[in-house]
Amino acid sequence: MKKSIFTIENNERLTNDVYRIMLSGDTSAISAAGQFVNIELDGLYLRRPISVCDLEGTMLTLIYKVVGRGTEKMSLLTKGKKLDLLTGLGNGYDTSKSGDNPVIIGGGVGVPPLYMLAKKLISAGKKPKAILGFNTKSEIFLEDEFSALGIDVYVASADGSYGIKGYVTDALRECGAYDYTFSCGPEPMLKAVYNAAETDGQYSFEERMGCGFGACMGCTCETKYGFKRICKDGPVLERGEIIW
Amino acid sequence: MVDTKVVLNNIVLDNPIIPASGTFGYGAEFTELYDLNILGSISFKGTTLNERFGNKTPRIAECESGMLNSVGLQNPGLKAVCEHELPNLAQIYKKPVIANISGFSLEEYVECARAMDKKENVGIIEVNVSCPNIHGGGMSFGVLPEAAAEVTKAVKAVTTKPVYIKLSPNVKDIAAIASACEEAGADGLSLINTILAMRIDLKTRKPILANKMGGMSGAAIFPIALRMVYQVYESVKIPIIGMGGISSAEDVVEMMLAGATAVQVGAANLKNPFACKEIIEDLPRVMEKYKISSLCDIIGGAH
Ligand SMILES: Cc1cc2nc3c(=O)[nH]c(=O)nc-3n(C[C@H](O)[C@H](O)[C@H](O)COP(=O)(O)OP(=O)(O)OC[C@H]3O[C@@H](n4cnc5c(N)ncnc54)[C@H](O)[C@@H]3O)c2cc1C
Ligand SMILES: Cc1cc2nc3c(=O)[nH]c(=O)nc-3n(C[C@H](O)[C@H](O)[C@H](O)COP(=O)(O)O)c2cc1C
Ligand code: FES
Repeated sequence: MKKSIFTIENNERLTNDVYRIMLSGDTSAISAAGQFVNIELDGLYLRRPISVCDLEGTMLTLIYKVVGRGTEKMSLLTKGKKLDLLTGLGNGYDTSKSGDNPVIIGGGVGVPPLYMLAKKLISAGKKPKAILGFNTKSEIFLEDEFSALGIDVYVASADGSYGIKGYVTDALRECGAYDYTFSCGPEPMLKAVYNAAETDGQYSFEERMGCGFGACMGCTCETKYGFKRICKDGPVLERGEIIW
Repeated sequence: MVDTKVVLNNIVLDNPIIPASGTFGYGAEFTELYDLNILGSISFKGTTLNERFGNKTPRIAECESGMLNSVGLQNPGLKAVCEHELPNLAQIYKKPVIANISGFSLEEYVECARAMDKKENVGIIEVNVSCPNIHGGGMSFGVLPEAAAEVTKAVKAVTTKPVYIKLSPNVKDIAAIASACEEAGADGLSLINTILAMRIDLKTRKPILANKMGGMSGAAIFPIALRMVYQVYESVKIPIIGMGGISSAEDVVEMMLAGATAVQVGAANLKNPFACKEIIEDLPRVMEKYKISSLCDIIGGAH
């Protein structure tokens, strides 16, 4: 973990309520896809956890949805403004456990960390395919970026306004063979993926956090291997340890 | 050169800054950020006899200038703390630590205290009396002066280390409880624990915390904590470790003027993991600014 000041390079709207913020600073503590940063915002007591979406040298990209006071404040920040971040938080995905043909499945703002994961898998010589789920066409983001990685991308929309009509699990039936599953998204989606997936895999969870670095026990869940802090021992859990 | 040393019973602290129980784990997460040996002491996570998961999540909520928690004393249990956590802590922190213990019965407190008494790196035993007494209809030990005194006596009987009773603010008359603990033999008092509070999610129209209620801490509670330390200082002679919302070196000086000999910093560590370090480094500047040459001189100075 590191605490350091980042400078906003860009903060743009992607959909009605989803934004992409690019920050430059000391990214040296970030080692794996699926890790997150914890952001201090003026006037708010607790930091806000957001997953790393992409990392290129000292440039950090995050994608966030405006859902409350903190993310709304974030959406109003402009280029040049400084932010205090804790970086390198959480375990992240372990790509070494993946087979050669993994499927990565994301829903809504669970999609962003899977972008860095896809890049990591590709550079490890694997051939991932991506399933991205959204409610409706206007909420879709990152599809082009995933496609630009040269991988197969399946988009599902719940209302059928784009791509495969239905949920990510419907797309999973159509996407062909896979030998490992990576997933991130709202808990009901994770559970549906867990039930539908035919392989081993890793799932990323959310919990309300006090610290984000393992000190307060605010975020603990029970697993088959004992109590785990989502912020420190997670947010990524292995299929075999999850208790729903 | 200003003198930041303070003395709790016979233990000399290099400075009065102590991370508060439950906000610093056993130090491991912070030791990758700074050398913990700058701290006056460390109060580690509340220990109970058996391992506890605590309450269901969500167990964290935010409020204006503060936070709520309903962690519910998650800890690995007395045996694991003594065999693993304390030896690990001794590796990264060379000074005496404060063993925070909790119990749901008198026997549980006694057993925890007895085990901590044998631990070389434990300097003080801090007894959290905010837990509900399962034999007392669920009312907290810290609510009635008689019950707090009973815990004090029971713990004192099994240890030669200084015993500090950590008082709950969720009581009618905190000074009366403080006096009862002093009379029962307490060597000092720690106050305050978190203040019972609640938040409701407007979208779901339900309490945010799964436990519905939780304890509030952080900057917002500082004036309440300060008032309670001030009141307790007037009614006891034993040393007080003051806490509740401390976030700056100025807050430390203010809390000591109210009557604290040392202070604990809690929620501030969660917001800024360098909080204790920054306060310690800023303390000499603030002392010079307010013409304080030795911190010992200002304890209770506001009375
Ligand atoms: C490990 C992790 C990674 C995340 N990654 C992303 C991401 O990449 N993109 C994204 O849009 N969102 C992400 N989230 C969710 C994001 O943290 C919340 O949406 C955000 O904290 C909401 O803050 P707010 O002030 O706008 O909402 P408010 O509801 O006003 O926040 C109040 C409090 O509740 C907490 N909170 C509210 N919703 C959540 C939630 N879903 N998870 C955890 N805490 C919450 C806030 O942090 C704050 O402490 C992630 C959460 C976690 C735990
Ligand atoms: C997440 C969290 C966990 C806590 N756990 C304990 C505990 O185990 N035992 C205890 O005596 N106090 C516990 N406390 C209370 C603190 O030690 C402290 O008394 C209180 O938070 C007030 O100080 P603050 O405002 O600086 O946080 C906890 C507080 C927080 C925020
Ligand atoms: S949020 Fe503090 S331990 Fe996970």
